[in-house]
Amino acid sequence: MPVWNIIQAVNDALRIEMRRDPRVVILGEDVGKFGGVFRATTGLFDEFGGDRVFDTPLAEAGIIGSAIGMALYGLRPVPEIQFADFIYPAYDQIVNELAKFRYRSGGQYPVPVVIRTPYGGGIRGGHYHSQSPEAYFAHTPGLKVVIPSNPYDAKGLLLSSIRGEDPVIFMEPKRVYRAAKGEVPEGDYTVPLGKAKVVREGSQLTVLCYGAMVHTCVEAAQLAEKDGFDPEIIDLRTLLPLDTETVLESVRKTGRVVIAHEAPKTCGYGAELAAMIAEKALMSLEAPISRVAGFDTPFPYTLENEYMPSPDRVALAIKQTAQF
Amino acid sequence: MLAKGQPVPIAGTDDEPFSILADDGTIRPGTDAPEIPDEQALKLYRGMLQVRLVDDRMMKLQRQGRLGFYMLSMGEEATHFGGAYPLRMSDWCFPSYREPGVFFWRGYSIKDYVNQLHGNIEDPVKGRQMPVHHSANWLNMVSISSPVGTQIPQAVGLAMGAKISKKDDVSLVYFGEGATSTGQFHVAMNFAGVFKAPCILFCRNNGWAISTPGNKQTASKSIAIKALAYGMPGIRVDGNDLLAIIAVMQDAVARARAGEGPTLIEAVTYRRGGHSSSDDPSAYRDPSEPKEWEAKDPLERWRRHLESRKLWTQELHDKYSQEITEELMACVKAAGELGNPAPETLFDDVFAELPPHLEEQKAEMMSRPRPKPAHGGH
Ligand SMILES: Cc1ncc(C[n+]2csc(CCOP(=O)(O)OP(=O)(O)O)c2C)c(N)n1
Ligand SMILES: [Mg+2]
Repeated sequence: MPVWNIIQAVNDALRIEMRRDPRVVILGEDVGKFGGVFRATTGLFDEFGGDRVFDTPLAEAGIIGSAIGMALYGLRPVPEIQFADFIYPAYDQIVNELAKFRYRSGGQYPVPVVIRTPYGGGIRGGHYHSQSPEAYFAHTPGLKVVIPSNPYDAKGLLLSSIRGEDPVIFMEPKRVYRAAKGEVPEGDYTVPLGKAKVVREGSQLTVLCYGAMVHTCVEAAQLAEKDGFDPEIIDLRTLLPLDTETVLESVRKTGRVVIAHEAPKTCGYGAELAAMIAEKALMSLEAPISRVAGFDTPFPYTLENEYMPSPDRVALAIKQTAQF
Repeated sequence: MLAKGQPVPIAGTDDEPFSILADDGTIRPGTDAPEIPDEQALKLYRGMLQVRLVDDRMMKLQRQGRLGFYMLSMGEEATHFGGAYPLRMSDWCFPSYREPGVFFWRGYSIKDYVNQLHGNIEDPVKGRQMPVHHSANWLNMVSISSPVGTQIPQAVGLAMGAKISKKDDVSLVYFGEGATSTGQFHVAMNFAGVFKAPCILFCRNNGWAISTPGNKQTASKSIAIKALAYGMPGIRVDGNDLLAIIAVMQDAVARARAGEGPTLIEAVTYRRGGHSSSDDPSAYRDPSEPKEWEAKDPLERWRRHLESRKLWTQELHDKYSQEITEELMACVKAAGELGNPAPETLFDDVFAELPPHLEEQKAEMMSRPRPKPAHGGH
C-alpha cells in the first residue's frame, strides 16, 4: 500500500470519482492547470480537461452560487475555497441557499455540492490564513460537516461525501496536509460519514477532537502517559451528523471529558459536544467537562503558539480532569 | 477635463493605455505632461528605488527563514508613487498588500516597515498580522486586509463620509484586477456612482491573480470599461509610466474634490515576481513573459526621464542606494534583535475594554508555562 499524505489522498479521491462519475466537476481559484495553491487538484486538469476542472474568477460567492446551479442541473460539483478564511463572501450562498434548497423546495431540489476548503492554524498565517470556521456550518441546518485528520480518512470520507445526496463542508487540516502520512489503499473505498473513530483506547478519560487537533491530542496523550495517565482519544471525523453513540459509549466508560479544538472557545463546536454530553450522560460524569480551545480573540500572528492548543496544554487538561 | 486634453481613454474607446513617457524617458510629442519640480522628481526616483531595494532584501530574508512571508511589488512601483503623489496628507488611502511605496511616500519609515514584517514588539500592529499587512493611522493609511476586495466599499464609504462632513478630502483605494471579480468591487462601484463619492478606485492590473491570468477574470475588453456601466469615468493608463499615472490621478483627484464624483483608474502593469514568497510562477507561466516586461521597467523609465532632464547621475543613484541600504540593514539588524510582543497583549484590542471572559482566558494562559515562540524574527 502506498504511503501518502493528505494532499495525495484528496487528489486520488478526486481522480477516482471523476473517472467513475462524469457528473463530477471541480471549480475554484487556481485549481485548473496549476492544481491549486496546495496542489490538491494537481494533474486533474490534464486528465479531465478544462470543462471538468476549471479556474474561476476571484469570487467565492460566484464559485458556490454557480456550483449550486450546476448541481441543480444534475452535476456533482466539488468546488474548492482556497482558504476557509475566504469562504465568507460565499456565506449567503452556503447558509441561505445551499443548506436550505432541499428543504425549502419540499424535497424537489437537492443540491449535492461538496465544498473542499483548507482550514486551521499553525502555519504562520495570521488571522486570514488560520481560521477554523466549522461551528458556523455545523450550526446551519442542512449542511454536513466533515473534517478528516489523516490520509486514509481524507480519501474515504471525500468519496463518501461526493457520493452522498447532501451538501458537505469538507474541511482539510492544512497544518498536517503534508505532515500526516499513512497507508492508503490504491483503489476505491469509502469511510462512512457520521462515524467517529477511537484512535487510542484508554480507561481514564475521553478526549474528543478532529482534524489537525487529533495529532496534537495524540502527542498530549503520549506526554500524559509518561505520568501514568490513560486517555481515550476519539477522532470525530464528522461533526455533523455527530456519532453520539461512540462519544457517549466512551464517556459512560471513562466519566471524564476533555474537548480540544483550535476555533475560539465561545460557541465553538466543543460547546455543542459539552451540551450533548450533559444532556445524555450527566450522571456518568465524575469531573467537569474541560475545553481546550483557541482564545476568544482573532487568530494572532506572532503569538500563534500561545493561541493554538498545544500538546502541553491538552496534556495539562488531561491530567487535571483525570485528577479532579 | 480628463487626462489633460488627451484623447480620453474612457471605457474602451481606446485600446492603448494612456501614456506620457516614451520608453526612452522622453515626453511623447503632443502630450501635456504634468510639471514635477526637480526635487520632487528625484524624491520619486529615490522612493521607487527604495521599494526595489527593500523588496530585494526582504525576499532574501524570507528565503533565509528570517521572515515568515513576503510579497514583492517588483515592476509595479510606479503605481504606488503615481497614486500617492497627487494626494494631500488629509486624504486617505486604502492599500492592498502590494503598495508599500504609498506608505513610504506618506512618511512610513523603513524601521516601521521592517518591524511589521518581523511582528516584533515595535511592530505598529503589535504582531497581529502576517508580514506586509501594514497599518498607519497617523498617515491616513488604513489597515491592510488579506481578504481580496473588502477595502473597496470601505474606501467609498470614507469618501461619502468626507462629503457628508462637507470636507474636500478624497480617498484612494488600490486593488488588483483579480479583485474586480469580487462582489465587493461591484457594490463599491455602484455606491461610488450613486453617491458621487469623492473616491479614486485604482486597479493595478498586473496580469495575474496567483496563477490565474487576467483574461480569466473578465470577458470585458478592459477593467476601465466597467466604469461606463456604473456611471463614472474609467481610464486606462500605462502602469509603468509614472508621469502618466500622476496625470490621470491629478485629474481624478481634482474632479473628486470639486464634487464631480469617483473615477476608476486601470493601471496596466505586470507582476514580475511570484504572487508571494509561497508561490512558484514557473509552474504556470512562461518565463519569457516577465522577461519582456523587464524592458518596460518603471524605475528605469523614470531614470531615463530624469536623465533627459539632466537630473540623474550615477553618483546620485549610488548615494541613494547606499543611504537606503545602510538604513535598511540597520533596521533589519535591530528588528531581529527585538523581542516579541508580550504574551498577555494577545488579549488587547479585541474590544475597547477587556470583558470578563477574556480576563479569565488571559489569567488561564498566563498561569501556564510559556510555549516556544512561533517566530521571533531571528
Ligand atoms: C476573498 C479572497 N479569496 C481568495 C484569496 C486568496 N488570494 C490572495 S491574493 C489572490 C489573487 C489576487 O489577485 P489580484 O487581485 O489581481 O492582486 P495581485 O495579487 O495581482 O496584486 C488570491 C486568490 C483572498 N485573499 N481573498
Ligand atoms: Mg493581479
